[in-house]
Amino acid sequence: MPDVQSLYSEKVMDHFRNPRNVGDMENPDGTGHVGNPVCGDIMELYIKVNGNVITDAKFKTFGCGAAIATSSMVTEIIIGKTIDEALEISNKTVAEALGGLPAAKMHCSVLAEDALKSAIDDYHSKQKKGKSKTKKK
Amino acid sequence: MKRIYLDYAATTPTHPDVVKAMLPHFSDSFGNPSSIYSYGQEAKGAVEKAREQVATLIGAREEEIVFTSGGTEADNSAIEGVAFANPERNHIITSTIEHHAVIETCTFLERRGFEVTFLPVDKDGLVDPDDVQKVITNKTCLISIMHANNEIGTIQPIKELATIAREAGVYLHTDAVQTVGQVPVDVDDLGVDLLSMSAHKLYGPKGIGALYIRKGTKLVPFMHGGGQERNRRGSTENVPGIVGFGKATEIALAVMTGEIERQTRLRDQLIKSILKQIDGVRLNGHPTKRLPNNVNVSIDYVEGESMLLNLDLENICASTGSACSSSSLEASHVLLALGLGHEQAHSSLRFTVGKWTTEEDINRVMEVLPRIVTRLRAMSPLLKSRK
Repeated sequence: MPDVQSLYSEKVMDHFRNPRNVGDMENPDGTGHVGNPVCGDIMELYIKVNGNVITDAKFKTFGCGAAIATSSMVTEIIIGKTIDEALEISNKTVAEALGGLPAAKMHCSVLAEDALKSAIDDYHSKQKKGKSKTKKK
Repeated sequence: MKRIYLDYAATTPTHPDVVKAMLPHFSDSFGNPSSIYSYGQEAKGAVEKAREQVATLIGAREEEIVFTSGGTEADNSAIEGVAFANPERNHIITSTIEHHAVIETCTFLERRGFEVTFLPVDKDGLVDPDDVQKVITNKTCLISIMHANNEIGTIQPIKELATIAREAGVYLHTDAVQTVGQVPVDVDDLGVDLLSMSAHKLYGPKGIGALYIRKGTKLVPFMHGGGQERNRRGSTENVPGIVGFGKATEIALAVMTGEIERQTRLRDQLIKSILKQIDGVRLNGHPTKRLPNNVNVSIDYVEGESMLLNLDLENICASTGSACSSSSLEASHVLLALGLGHEQAHSSLRFTVGKWTTEEDINRVMEVLPRIVTRLRAMSPLLKSRK
């Protein structure tokens, strides 16, 4: 019998089977919502930020194995990082941390990067609003 | 753990008796059917016997069967063969849910100046014969509509289409890759002029198929070469493949009635259980005009590939219309043509049962599938946004 062949690396399958940080977050400091129904991947990423450090991250994903694994991995990478450090994280960082992705699935890691950037953008815009509110007071 | 294979529409394991029939033709009986000495004549005899077996299965004459490398070649050859042989006509009618082998051949011809009408289907995947009647012109050379759809299992009203085609003097081709060997197919009863078949969907080997060409049908040869297959297709015959195909059709004919009954029961058991045990499920394809082995459902809020991977972890092999690795990333053109939203199309799951599927296999699917769906729904952002 041939060895059981898998489309994905062991690391990807581990994150797919046991995704880290799945779920909703109450009052997140930043929310990223990316993807669209046409391509079949939709990702939501929530972050909690304390003094410029990401203290918690959660995700919800509708998508393939690679989409779920990259979402899970990106949450694991960013927890404990500063916002500036998190902005340095690229889709390649995520894919490499997963031991690589099949070429046709690299777009899923791009989605994870986009979700992260979008969550940080949201955090920044909330910060600004918060500050302007304080000033008005 | 035993692997449960529920993707018989993708391919089937080769029947042990088929393998047995093929084996001598790799070694002892290795001749080229074109050679006049005994080795060659043995091989020729084997090819002709297989041709008779294939012809018998579909009620055709032996000389109307041309062996090809598979269903895709049969489709290409039928459509291009008719298009190029009838230069005074330049219009082709087909549907939006055809196999890529038909759609891509038609779009290729479209780029070469042919006009192609892609007919829509209703919510169950049926082509309306009235639509065909409406678009047919004196420039139409061919109607190509599949017998049954590979994804959703819907069986088309080919007989009615054939009547329309015949009255208009237009050839009718049908891709019968999913029906030959599974349900009764008789070329005269259906009234088709061209019909594509593939061996590996009926427990034969891969790399061999056939095109039925009704006597008198005008089409250009599809492979220029040494005059094999009555000048229709040059190339030394794939003797072991052809012998295997022949044997597979013989077995299919012998077991068909019982298999239809058995597989329909398993199919309905699975459909019923899924609809009962999981909420937010839609059955794709026609409820009754459907292949005995096809189950296709869309399960709200969960993506197809993630379900497949989870099933694979439980040693269950199935299929989906979600296409995250395809270059377009778009979901199945068939499901979208039914009017499904993109999310629903990406949420599809296809199980196709076969000769070696048992009731225990279906029970096993129902043991694990609801659990998988619950788990994936818990991480789905779609479910939350709907609340």
